Amino acid sequence: MSFLDLDEFLIELAQKVEIVFSPVVDVKEYPRDVDVCLIEGAICNEDHVEMVHKIRKYTKTVVSFGDCAVTGNVTAIRNQLGLGNRENVLQRAYVEAAQLNPCVPEDKGIVPPLLERVMPVHEMVYVDYYLPGCPPPAARIKSFVTQLLEGKELHLAGAEIKFG
Amino acid sequence: MAAKTLTINGKQISAEEGATILQAAEEAGVKIPTLCHLDGVYDVGACRLCLVEVTGVPKLLPACTTKVSEGMEIKTDSEQLQKYRRLTLELLFAERNHVCAVCVANGHCELQTLAYSQGMDHVRYDYCFPKWGVDNTHRLFGMDHNRCILCTRCVRVCWHIEGAGTKNVAGRGSKAKIITDLNMPWGESGSCTNCGKCVQSCPTGALFYKGSTVAEMERDRSRLEFIVTAREKKLWVASD
Ligand code: SF4
Ligand code: SF4
Ligand code: FES
Repeated sequence: MSFLDLDEFLIELAQKVEIVFSPVVDVKEYPRDVDVCLIEGAICNEDHVEMVHKIRKYTKTVVSFGDCAVTGNVTAIRNQLGLGNRENVLQRAYVEAAQLNPCVPEDKGIVPPLLERVMPVHEMVYVDYYLPGCPPPAARIKSFVTQLLEGKELHLAGAEIKFG
Repeated sequence: MAAKTLTINGKQISAEEGATILQAAEEAGVKIPTLCHLDGVYDVGACRLCLVEVTGVPKLLPACTTKVSEGMEIKTDSEQLQKYRRLTLELLFAERNHVCAVCVANGHCELQTLAYSQGMDHVRYDYCFPKWGVDNTHRLFGMDHNRCILCTRCVRVCWHIEGAGTKNVAGRGSKAKIITDLNMPWGESGSCTNCGKCVQSCPTGALFYKGSTVAEMERDRSRLEFIVTAREKKLWVASD
């Protein structure tokens, strides 16, 4: 969402890139021969595992975008509950906190099976670049994307890589 | 006192006998990253962030606990040192649960600042995700073990500036933890004087004032300095 804070730079950007896949692009299958993919979020379920491998296979430059992708962040707090945390979080979300029909959805294709442990992206596939921040501020994204478009060796330093 | 001459990063300097490499470097305007060092209390060399190379010595030496000697040739910023510093920081992050985005110290944390200034854009080790708790039993302060890096600054200020001796380290290795008195809830400690010096000394979000939320925990280190100056120099002045 902080991508939207790029304001008018988005118009400039739109002229230089073609967006082939995103939550807001109506394409269901991840395409082949993608130049750059910005991955948001950690790997927490079986769908993510499948997706991230596909992304790596079909993409030249993979970027971990934001603290959740880079560290697991808040989404990985469930790991502190140890093994068995899967059942606990589902129980908490769908039973204890439910006001209507408390039950864990079990039908296939509704809630993808959770992994034992939430992982940062680079624990599963090779990541070319990291852009930390929760969320990464617009100025940081701009500097990053600009360097990426110029095709230079990327360099973010100092407070540009601050977590949180 | 006799002066020693030595070089830091090729630059010739002189330092007082008995001074540490860290003090000599500071005098000479060379910045060495530190984490467990705190002006006013003795050094213990716990964090290893201040490691330097000394010609002729096969291992790296902590600048905060190593005294200068005549003719020493010191390097503070070689590629090897930068590599080890980043590695040390990554291990600190992997060992406990640091979630900067929701941490009281976000934006005012020495660990976080060091991490980005040393170029740490991700952690290459698997995070341990240990289960640690928060001690919220004290009336004024809280202790979040998830954020503690065991630098022992709080222990040293508690014993040697306040003289209360409430804070201690118990356990070994990754099980080591900061305790109050004989490992009892902080709020039940009979020796804690509620002075808050430990909270002022902590470099991370581990010790905080109750009621501070994300990014609100700022510290005023000059309060500690004031007491140390008063005691050592008998001068009741604030630095500025
Ligand atoms: S203590 Fe510092 S490094 Fe750890 S989570 Fe808090 S802000 Fe981040
Ligand atoms: S509580 Fe803070 S000052 Fe004490 S050892 Fe942990 S990080 Fe250091
Ligand atoms: S500052 Fe020297 S070892 Fe921590």
